[in-house]
Amino acid sequence: MSSFLHPLLGGLLIGSAAGGLRLANGSIAGISGIFGTGLLRREGGWQRVFLLGLIAAALAWLVFLPADRPPQALLGYPLSRLVAAGLLVGAGTALGNGCTSGHGVCGLARLSLRSLFAVAVFMATAEAVVWLDLARWLR
Amino acid sequence: MAAVKALSVFVAGLVFGAGLLLSGMANPDKVLGFFVIGPRWDPSLAFVMGGALLAAFPLYRIAHRRDRSLTGEPLAQPDETGINARLAIGAALFGAGWGLAGICPGPAVVALPFAPVQVGVFLVSMLLGWAVVRRRPRS
Repeated sequence: MSSFLHPLLGGLLIGSAAGGLRLANGSIAGISGIFGTGLLRREGGWQRVFLLGLIAAALAWLVFLPADRPPQALLGYPLSRLVAAGLLVGAGTALGNGCTSGHGVCGLARLSLRSLFAVAVFMATAEAVVWLDLARWLR
Repeated sequence: MAAVKALSVFVAGLVFGAGLLLSGMANPDKVLGFFVIGPRWDPSLAFVMGGALLAAFPLYRIAHRRDRSLTGEPLAQPDETGINARLAIGAALFGAGWGLAGICPGPAVVALPFAPVQVGVFLVSMLLGWAVVRRRPRS
């Protein structure tokens, strides 16, 4: 049951938050940019507040649903895999101006052709990396 | 930052974060399962994207019919430089990193309290990759 219900409900929450942020503040909920600007730029005030909201959600989850830990698998990742993936995600989102949220949710909601192209490209390379099991070189 | 604006941004972050955790986007096994070709394919991610767009699309339509946001801010205009090599390379690198670890920027931030060491390494690497591309001339 939860195999599609939880993803659907979670997706509705994500989309409501992204749409709500646009309606209330005019901002785009693109997390790669929010993270970089919030941590590295003096002017990233609202970005830091948004990041606090994300962290607060995680802490509330840990308090109320301590037995259910979605990111559990990360505990078994070797450092090399985390560093390589982090560098690629950081440089890639800076060059391409967005990630799953900025292009995937907000960009597609704006019917941006540029974002549709970005989504097709990053889905395809993610698919290729999994198919080739490139993570096996980073154990 | 005005209190109303700060509160609305915080709530958006909170709801976005809850959605990431509930949907499975912050579970790297589920994300990587979506990129597996074959009988072990996990379609969850399609429901997440579907749900997110179902909610975000109408809210974006309403937001774009107005001059300004509810808190009086102008609507942020995302980069629309068109489809170019920079976008393609950026999206390709981002997808490679996403496929390598199964987490993208938003899920990484909400995963931080669940696996502080591993996610800390990922986020610092991500920030480094982002900063190298976005380094700004001294002002």
